Amino acid sequence: MNAPAPSDLRIITSRFDTDDGHTLAGYERTGGYGGLRRALAMAPADVHGEVRAASLLGRGGAGFPAGVKWGFCPPEVWPRYLVVNGDESEPGTYKDRLLMERDPHQLLEGCLIACYALGLSQCFLYVRGEMAHAQERLAAALNEAYDAGYVGANVLGAEDFSVDITLHWGAGAYIVGEETALIESLEGNRGMPRLKPPYFPASIGLYGKPTIVNNVETLSNLPWIVANGGAAFAAMGAESSTGTRVFAVSGHVAAPGVFEVPFGTTTFRDIIFDPRYAGGMRPGRTLKTFIPGGASAPWFFEEQLDLPLEKAAVDKAGSMLGSGAIVVMDDTTDVVEACHNVVRFFARESCGKCTPCREGTSWLEKILSRILAGQGRPQDLDLLMDVCDNISPGVSWPPRQTTICPLGPSAVSPIASALERFRADFEAYLPATAVSVTTASGAAP
Amino acid sequence: MARLNPGSLAIAQEIISRYPVARSALIPLLHLAQEQDGHVTEEAMAHIAELVGVTPAEVMGTCSFYEMLKREPVGEYMVNICNGISCHLLGSSELIHHAEATLGVRPGGTTDDGKITLEAVECIAACTEAPCLQVNYRYRNRVSTADFDQLVDDLRAGTAGVAPHGKLAKVRQHIGDERRAGVAVPDGQAQPAWLARNPTDAESGS
Repeated sequence: MNAPAPSDLRIITSRFDTDDGHTLAGYERTGGYGGLRRALAMAPADVHGEVRAASLLGRGGAGFPAGVKWGFCPPEVWPRYLVVNGDESEPGTYKDRLLMERDPHQLLEGCLIACYALGLSQCFLYVRGEMAHAQERLAAALNEAYDAGYVGANVLGAEDFSVDITLHWGAGAYIVGEETALIESLEGNRGMPRLKPPYFPASIGLYGKPTIVNNVETLSNLPWIVANGGAAFAAMGAESSTGTRVFAVSGHVAAPGVFEVPFGTTTFRDIIFDPRYAGGMRPGRTLKTFIPGGASAPWFFEEQLDLPLEKAAVDKAGSMLGSGAIVVMDDTTDVVEACHNVVRFFARESCGKCTPCREGTSWLEKILSRILAGQGRPQDLDLLMDVCDNISPGVSWPPRQTTICPLGPSAVSPIASALERFRADFEAYLPATAVSVTTASGAAP
Repeated sequence: MARLNPGSLAIAQEIISRYPVARSALIPLLHLAQEQDGHVTEEAMAHIAELVGVTPAEVMGTCSFYEMLKREPVGEYMVNICNGISCHLLGSSELIHHAEATLGVRPGGTTDDGKITLEAVECIAACTEAPCLQVNYRYRNRVSTADFDQLVDDLRAGTAGVAPHGKLAKVRQHIGDERRAGVAVPDGQAQPAWLARNPTDAESGS
């Protein structure tokens, strides 16, 4: 396991080096539940105000401001629910599992603060099914927290504040990370995204009631924000990307690891090359490309290394920070294979609800498979882009979509990136003697 | 191999009691059935349907969507080798090929002795520990082919310290009756009492 590099600014990974940080005793000894106590001494609306002041961006992928999302609950519709998205599955992403395993009470405290601030009557903690250890750490933490009076009836003795946290778990489906699919799954259904609008479950969510869906990392920031104030949080990082963020740097680097760094000021070059972080490329190798924010993100190259890890800057450069997953590929990488690997993921995980995604992703995977098998056709590279255009018209960024959710357009990112930059690598796979197969009208079959 | 036994049933009823709508307990109950029998049987699905008040077909509909829920018997140990992009870059394909040759099965297949089912799976969130795998959802990090061979020997000898397939977390949530806040049913709820709090006003006497 990799402990985060030493840094002055560790908010949510501060207990990763504490052996018993996952227990109630270890958590309380290191200041745990101080944020909750402070929150309960404030008016709920003021707690919400601190989160707004913090400008906390959601850490799940879309990067939407949490305080704003919280404001979308319609007034006078009750009950309201909190659903925690712990279904971390985006390829390259490795942070929520650590937060659940190493500091489960921090997450529970964040949940309680959110419930208090917004009047959420029950919390459901949806943990990815494959994460057995995270489930047992959370179950143990919940049992301790209930016994100690932090969760359940009369939180910390308060007459008027009672909330249950129900531990729930998934059973293997990437799409369930999409918040409306998560709600469907939590209702006992197949995990397929709901038609939009409504765009936010805050208006119509679980059981048709207002529901806040927040990511594990997002909620884990709340105890610190309430204990130290939203302004102190906003003072860290960059103007529009505040606080710290946890990034997993994996792939062809000397020292892959999970690092909490100031959000918006550290650059890709820092986190990939600095010896305090991933320590650069493997000996004797050079950078070919890297994925800046999980498998759904368009790829970056050498010329983007000096971009800050900041939402607006990365968005403007044509990709996204997504779920904090940086995947580095060196000059030994077969980009056609890498591209196929990512596309296969989306083809396999498509829920099948929308035709462009269901058919499109599986055709993209089939075409890439035949190219890799040396049976590609000369027009296959254009055909790939044509299928991409059917899923995401214009193949632009941010992506337009012909689908309910962004899964389909996500499969377009690696193809558009790799084909534009490394077309020759794809062409090298095409057989030299292949005959162009076209119909009389000139269209590819 | 059948319906939920009395022990499982008691756990199932406790799980259901934590949800405002019983159907929400479906996936946890399917895991429970899998824990009991190693896979989810038709009888268990019918029993779960009774417990949450839906049809067996609806239970099947949910069950068949999720990759972890097995409706046919699998090996005592599921060995799931990650084939996500980070593991791919660091040799997962070679590890999968080695596993196929060692075990004599393709992904999805079970060894003749019924011990091991091999699968190549999507990203399991251990990307800095590539290539990685899970045995019955317990991690093995930075796995070499030699590590893999040792693991297979340990699994066959019963010395790997891994519970049989179906068992997930070793700790269950339990809420004592006196500590329960109570489920928030979707209908007929008023604004929660604490939202009316206004400590600032109280302090200033307004």
